[in-house]
Amino acid sequence: MHQEEDWSNIISSRSVFSLHSFKDVWHYRDLLWMFVKRDIVTNYKQTVLGPLWFFIQPALTTIMFVFIQRAAKIETNGIHPVLFYLIGITAWNYFAECLTKTSTTFKDNAFIFGKVYFPRLILPLSIVVSSLLKFFIQIFLFLIITFIFILSGKTTVDIQLTILLFPFLIIVMAGLGLGSGLIITSLTTKYRDLALLVQFGIQLLMYGTLMLPKSGTTGLLYNLLKYNPMVPIIDTLRQALFNTEAPDFMLLAYSFFVMIFLLLIGFYIFSKTEKNFTDTV
Amino acid sequence: MSDTIIKVENLSKQYRLGQIGTGSLSHDLNRWWSQIRGKDDPYLKIGELNDRTLKGKSDYVWALKDINFEIKRGEVWGVIGKNGAGKSTLLKLLSRVTAPTTGEIKYKGKMASLLEVGTGFHGELTGRENIYLNGAILGMKRKEISNKLDEIIEFAGVEKYIDTPVKRYSSGMFVRLAFAVAAHLDTDILILDEVLAVGDASFQRKCLGKMNESATNQGKTVLFVSHNLAQVQGLCKKGMLLENGSLKMLGGINAVINEYVIGNKKNNQVALKDLPRTGPKSNEFHLCDLEFITDTATIFEGDTIKMKIGFECRVPLQELIVGFNMMDTRENCLVECRTSSTFKELNIKEAGYYSYEVEFTPNLKSDMYILNIGARYLKGHLEYIQSCANIEILPKDAGYEEWNKPSAGILITPSLWKQQNNGY
Repeated sequence: MHQEEDWSNIISSRSVFSLHSFKDVWHYRDLLWMFVKRDIVTNYKQTVLGPLWFFIQPALTTIMFVFIQRAAKIETNGIHPVLFYLIGITAWNYFAECLTKTSTTFKDNAFIFGKVYFPRLILPLSIVVSSLLKFFIQIFLFLIITFIFILSGKTTVDIQLTILLFPFLIIVMAGLGLGSGLIITSLTTKYRDLALLVQFGIQLLMYGTLMLPKSGTTGLLYNLLKYNPMVPIIDTLRQALFNTEAPDFMLLAYSFFVMIFLLLIGFYIFSKTEKNFTDTV
Repeated sequence: MSDTIIKVENLSKQYRLGQIGTGSLSHDLNRWWSQIRGKDDPYLKIGELNDRTLKGKSDYVWALKDINFEIKRGEVWGVIGKNGAGKSTLLKLLSRVTAPTTGEIKYKGKMASLLEVGTGFHGELTGRENIYLNGAILGMKRKEISNKLDEIIEFAGVEKYIDTPVKRYSSGMFVRLAFAVAAHLDTDILILDEVLAVGDASFQRKCLGKMNESATNQGKTVLFVSHNLAQVQGLCKKGMLLENGSLKMLGGINAVINEYVIGNKKNNQVALKDLPRTGPKSNEFHLCDLEFITDTATIFEGDTIKMKIGFECRVPLQELIVGFNMMDTRENCLVECRTSSTFKELNIKEAGYYSYEVEFTPNLKSDMYILNIGARYLKGHLEYIQSCANIEILPKDAGYEEWNKPSAGILITPSLWKQQNNGY
């Protein structure tokens, strides 16, 4: 008589993306912290300036943006230009880092993936978490500068209730970066040129997102730009601190749904790719 | 509920040869289009066996084809086969590093596989931090690693250096630490791919001992892939032989090893005439052929070995002596045999091809030995061919004790013991 065997695991040729994949990730959660710890330690060991480097890039970029803004006489909705751009850059950096670091997951880790199994999703997730640290350090810088500006009277702050949305905004940014990154890394395992496009595209998008505020833009350009899901997030951040315009929850919901969409596609393509990419990467 | 812990059904893995680049997009689209229409993958039918000695005609190759087997709990299996037989591919599939093209692998409990020691080790982290990282990669929980931390450090023997970054370790220390973590994995199924071939001899023995202990005392199921037949025989009770991607044989380890060795030695012959040699006068004398004539394909400790050596003399040679020696892997010459033990000197009066058969009993312990052949004559040295063949002597009735404390002696020396007193 043939009994139905109780197998704990079945490896087959069909890739099944299901709840089981997430259970696997949960099972390996200790590994996630190990990778985060590894990234943090390796980035700071044997450096003198260490975290200080995190301040230099946003500072320089902000200065550049302010110059352009002054030259082109772009409206910043009453917010001091330095703060206007710095908050945008800080938020954007987090999103961009999640995206670019995730987008090379397969290529960077081809060796370890070829030798041992662990849920591949752990690595992109660890990137999202370790980038968070950098984000918080840069937010800290932003708050210090804001504080200085308040003290020297250059600006006033009008904190709104929408500040409570901050954790939600972080999640959406992370989700957007993660979802896009997963899609890109899966596609680049076979068609490498996409990776080059990513670098270029991110830069371009940054200008598109940050240079223009919500109002004061000509209709057509704005209507195109508002579909960039990062724009509502940054706008909400600005609104939460400076209250220069009414918050647009519709657009925020739009960002959220774009995130869900990207994540679903990202997870699906990623899980299809992880099965066999060692054969082609 | 039966005892079967791993069941492999209809397992196959196909690879595409050549560059993956232009052309693959059209293949992919074609394949995708077929899938949408519900038809078979058009590229799956084309394929060849994975015989590396033949030049391929098609672009696709089956690294594994139609593998079926069942492993019961607590069994220790050896997986052997020539290079290219599909052993590593099978291991990769079992390790979930890559997915099968067809078929399924079903198993119960936790499985860990070691395709290489030290995966994930990062040079900047200390030994201690790397233990945690590597352990987590292999699937251990943090608490589990903390519990076993002292054991692991002790097994590796690196207490003094445990808080130094691993990039400062010597390669030996690195490997010992890496293996120590792996050796303390607590899983139901363990898969090893020739990882025991690292480290010095005493460490290898320690690892083998630990593996054996896991298998026998803790009831773990082990799958072990290796080229070292002596190690495989010492550790495993059952084996499978892979050839060109197919499962050629399943059974008791000795039978499988025998089958492998017969297939490996192409008629037990070595074409000496193609091998490089040292010596001043290769025009007058030329060693041509070597053939092993034994009843079984496997040579065990204490067996007698029969060989046939053929050579060509192009001129008459006086006082010719042909001989061979066996060296161990550290190039200690252990055995030397010459024609002079039977014939005193050979006086070759006419040019021609001559062949001699020799029978000898090396009485060496189980190990891999290198055979060198040479000849000299009245006027001096003629020829010397180094490493013309390997002779692997397998242990007889090897059990756990043999592997834990193997004989330090190179020779097999039977001894007879008699009790003299009664313990007063």
